[in-house]
This record gives sequence, structure tokens and C-alpha cells, in this order.
Amino acid sequence: MFKLRATILKDVRVLRRDKLGMIFMFVMPMLLVLIVTSMQSSTFELVSKNKVPLLICNEDTGAASRQFIRTIDTLGLFAVQEIPAGQGEAVIRDRLHNKEAMLAVLLPANFSAQVAARTKRLAGKALNSFGLGDSLNGDGGKTGAAGRDGGPAPGGDVPVQGGDVPVQGGDVPLTLFYHPVLQESFRRSAEGAIYSALQLVESKQLLKTLYFSINEKELPDTLENELLTNRTAISEVAVSRDGSRGAPNVTQHNVPAWTIFAMFFVVVSLGSGIVREKLNGSSIRLKTLPTNYFVAILSKQITYLGVTMLQALLIFAIGVWVFPVVGLPRLNLPGDWAGLVFVSLLCGCCAVSYAICVGIFAETEEQANGFGALSIVILAAIGGLMVPDFIMTGAFRTAMKFSPLHWCLDAYYGLFLEGGKLKDVWSNVLSLILIIAGLQGIALWGLRRKNLI
Amino acid sequence: MSPAMQIDDLSFGYPGQPGLFSHFNLEVGAGLRFGLFGPNGAGKTTLMNLMTGLLATDTGKIRLFGQEMQRHNRSVHSLFGFVPQELSFYQELSPVENLDFFGAWSGMAGPAIRRRTGELLDILGLADVRDKKVQHFSGGMKRRVNLAIGVIHRPPLLFLDEPTVGVDVQTRHAIIGYLRQLNEDGTTLIYTSHQLGEAEDLCDKVALIDQGRIVVHDDLGVLLSDHRQEGLEGLFLELTGKNYRNL
Repeated sequence: MFKLRATILKDVRVLRRDKLGMIFMFVMPMLLVLIVTSMQSSTFELVSKNKVPLLICNEDTGAASRQFIRTIDTLGLFAVQEIPAGQGEAVIRDRLHNKEAMLAVLLPANFSAQVAARTKRLAGKALNSFGLGDSLNGDGGKTGAAGRDGGPAPGGDVPVQGGDVPVQGGDVPLTLFYHPVLQESFRRSAEGAIYSALQLVESKQLLKTLYFSINEKELPDTLENELLTNRTAISEVAVSRDGSRGAPNVTQHNVPAWTIFAMFFVVVSLGSGIVREKLNGSSIRLKTLPTNYFVAILSKQITYLGVTMLQALLIFAIGVWVFPVVGLPRLNLPGDWAGLVFVSLLCGCCAVSYAICVGIFAETEEQANGFGALSIVILAAIGGLMVPDFIMTGAFRTAMKFSPLHWCLDAYYGLFLEGGKLKDVWSNVLSLILIIAGLQGIALWGLRRKNLI
Repeated sequence: MSPAMQIDDLSFGYPGQPGLFSHFNLEVGAGLRFGLFGPNGAGKTTLMNLMTGLLATDTGKIRLFGQEMQRHNRSVHSLFGFVPQELSFYQELSPVENLDFFGAWSGMAGPAIRRRTGELLDILGLADVRDKKVQHFSGGMKRRVNLAIGVIHRPPLLFLDEPTVGVDVQTRHAIIGYLRQLNEDGTTLIYTSHQLGEAEDLCDKVALIDQGRIVVHDDLGVLLSDHRQEGLEGLFLELTGKNYRNL
């Protein structure tokens, strides 16, 4: 026991003097968790709180296009900037290249006419199916004048069975321009919002046409608003195990993930420390002394397990106390403290076991540092720390299961996001124990193979 | 009384160099200052590694004070100290911190380590820098730390592999003086070096080995007299030739 205590003391002294290692293990992960969470939070706020600039060039003079722009504006997602009609595509391209906006919409000159034709065609089909096909046909002439809002009136200048008659100017699509740097996921979201605005405009037009055809009078504003805005509410519920209804936020996702990343990054200090000991001849002397080299390995495991626990403590403390100060959501710690400590210990053990393996098999410090750091980044990527695991498919989903970081993250998420207890993450705990046993077995084999024990 | 070190019928080879030692025998009596010499590639370092248990023999036995050297027999390791040619300690630690650690690994208790550390640092002139990091020391000071670690547990047998390589005359003189003192106090020395002048000062018995076999093995005075040589260098060249050894 005295030998082990003396060895731990030696390892702590060596570690304290390894300034680069300390930066890698403590400063870098703390900065990383702060920066990544801030960035993700900013991105979320950009979409949810701030408005995304959207250029709209309206070549149309009809009511539907104006209504579309008003609807887009009221969605609250975009800050609409209109470009004067006639300037067209060239101006849009210039302004996107200048990054004045990331998205732009070009409404074709016959936009309103196309909407009217489409809705009229649909209304005609609907009335035919109701057995009221004559209503629309009969009133075609009566409603030929401009509608109440200046646009084409219901059943107006478009033939009743308009499906067979082309709109003047042809079927020209609405064009969405985007800057190439815009991520696909964000582009899809914007596209969805624009589609919903388009659908709202078309639905309104359809409703008006149907109402007019049946009642031979304009749809009252109050009814129009009620029909179009009175939607079923959506209540979002995060399905947590402890029954809490708090929605998970970027902090709850990021803090556990980057804590695990930090723990596994001890490979840089521990792995290279083992190699340094092998190369500087210390291990040769140790092998001639009446103490098994296994004590040295055990001491490193205990010392660095302490380091990983300290990392977890510091990063969690930052999440709880520093994040709210810098405007980020506060970290909510799981209710099951024993579970949190046990899972943290297992994650730490797993990280240390991996680092020991790297240190034993690496021949040079460069190998330990290079392979160690790179492998952690790769294992983090396939383990779901950088990309959510639920969007992974095929081979990546299989590969994910080989990443120790995945099992660590899954166990932490069970506690942090799902509000679970230790018993709820037992399958992850079991997997982690098996991984630790496997890594320790490999380390032992390596020690024997390299004649170190 | 058992010899300090005894090799019986040793055979050993590397994968690329099988049969480096074949039926090799050597005995070093207790209390001697024994020098082991030979040209590069003669097998000195391999023999040193076999004697200290760093390498396992293919066949044959090595005994220290009658106890067989076996890979998993750690008790025999407390019978000897080893001062390797490489600086084998933690440069980021101070002499005291290194001695604390290696003392514990040598099987000593805390108070004994502290007493012996103070004594060694005084003898080897390191008391003033006891708490400074070794990485800032001169080559000679590092050699003294290397020696102090090897003898902290007062081993009855001390293996020394080039203990004075790269040091100045003063440090060499001090180290050789301390080794003589240790021997007078009862420590058997098994020493190897290319510093033949230094070896003449220190050793009372020598063995010259070449290509894994003993060329001569006797008292230094007897060998010089028998071969009509004035020094170890002349004897060395006479018995091993003047050709380069590219091994």
C-alpha cells in the first residue's frame, strides 16, 4: 500500500508539472463546452428569436403575391426586404453574393394568376364532387370584375374549368435562391416555412372561391380569419422518466457530451506519460526493483480517474454557475446523484483504460499524442458527440456501437435528458463495464507482450 | 558463503542473433569490485540485462547470493541495485522526490527513505539542490542522482553500467571514490565501462568477454603481469585485436 501511495504521489507531482497536459485536460474542454454551447445557442436563437433576412422580388401585381409577402412577414421567421419589381434575378444574385441575405424569393409576374387558376380548378373539382358543379360555371360571368381586394375575384378572369386552359405566361414556379454556405437543414426549414405561407395563401383563395360559388357573396372577414387562424394547438412534451416537463436545451445536450470528450482527452497526457516513462529508461529501472510494474499502471489509473472526476466536477460547475452568467441556459443536474457519480466513474474508468492501452502500445510520444487525439475525435464523431446518433444510418449506426464514447453519452443522456435513474441506464452501464474489462484485458496483454510485467 | 553472483551454463540469444551466449559460466565473489569489459557487441549489456533480470535466460541459471534470478521472483530484486547507463529517473521531479519514489519501490519505509535521502544527498553533493527539478541539472549532477537512486536501499550487490559516462574529472573522481567507499562497507560491485583508466582505479578483478565467451578472467594485477602489459588498454587490444567492431 505504501508503494502504491508513493507511486500515486509521484504521478500527481509529474502531472502537476505537465503544463501542456493540464491545458489539454482542463482548460481546453472548459473552453470547448462554453464555446460550442454558445454557438449552438446562438444558432438556435438566430432561428427562433432573431429573424433571418429574406429578399423578395415581386414581379407580380396581383393580390395573392402581396398576401404571400404579408404571410411570410407574419410567420416571424424572416426579416423581409422587398426588391423593386423589374430588377429581378441579377440583383438577387448580387445581394446574396454580398451576403446581405442568405435567402431570396422571386415571385413570377403571373403568380396571382397561377394561384387563382389553381384554386379555381380545385374548387371546381370540389364542387363537382359535392354535386354543385353548376354553381361555379353559372357564375363565371357575374364575377368577372376585380375582387374585393383588387386581385382576381373568385371565379373571375380564369375560366371555370380552368384546368384545361393555360394561364397567361405559362406555369412559372416561384424561385428560391440561397447562398451556398447555407446548411441544407436550415434551407429545408426555410423552404418548409415558405411552403406553409404559400399553402395559407392558396387555402384562403380556395375558401373564398368555394364560399362565393355556394353563397354568391364574398366570404366575411371574420369568418375568413376564424377559418384560417383557428388551428389546433400543439403542446410539446419532452418524455422524461421523472415526469418533469422541462424541455431539454443546448446546455443539457452539450455539457455531458463535452465532459466525456474531455475525459477521453486524458489520452494526450496519460498516453504520452507512459511512453515517456518507457523511453527515458525509468521503466527499465522499475523492472529491476522488487515491485511489480503493475503498481505503476494501477497508480496511473487511480490518478487519472481522479483527473476525470475533477474534469466532470469543473465542467458541471461551469454549466450550473457560469452558463447563466453568460446568458446560456443553466445545467440541470440529474436527481439521481448516486447514479450520476457512478456513471461518471464508469466513464472516467473507460477513458483511462483507453489511454492506458494507447500508452502501452505506442512506441513514441508522437504516436501516443497523434493517434490518441485523432482517435478520440473519430470515436466522438461516430459515437454521436458531434452528430446526433438518431440521424446516423447503416454502417455508421453499427460503427457507433464500437465507440466507448457512445455508451458513455447514452448513459449520461439517460440521466441528464431523460430524467432517468441508474436503473434506467443499466444496459449502458453493463456495456461500459464490458468495454472497460476489454480495454483492461488488452492493456494487460500489451504489458506482458512488451515484457513490462 | 555464496558468491555474490553466479552464472551456470547460461544460453541466450536474440531472434536475429541466436546463440549469443552458449554454456556460459561466471562467478563473482562477495565483496569484490568486478569489472566486465569487452569491445562493442561483445555481449556486456546483454549480460548485464540478464544478471539484473531485465532479460530472461533461454537455459541455465543466474543466482544472486544463492537465490535464483527468476522473472517473477521479486524478492531477489531487493538484493541488488542497478545504475544503468541511461539516466533512469523522472527529470521533472527533484532529487528528493525521485528518491522518495524509488526508495518506496525498493521496499523501504518512509522514515528510512528520508534518513537515507539526506545522507546520500550530502555524500554526493546534492543537498543544495535537493528540491530543484533534475531537468535543470548539469550532466554530472544527473549522474550523481542516477547513482543515488541505485544505492538508496543499501544493496549488497550493485550493477553499474557506464556510471561516469559524459561527466567531468571532478565528478568522475567523486563517483569512483564513493563506489570504493561502498565496497569497503561491504557492497559487491559489478561494473562495466569503456573508461579503462577508471576501471584500473576501481576494479580488483576483471573479465574480458568477446562474442559471448570469456577471453580472460582473473585478478587485474595477475592478468597485467601474465600478459606483460602496463595497463588495461594494452591488455584489451592484445586479447581482442585492433579491428573495428561493426556490431
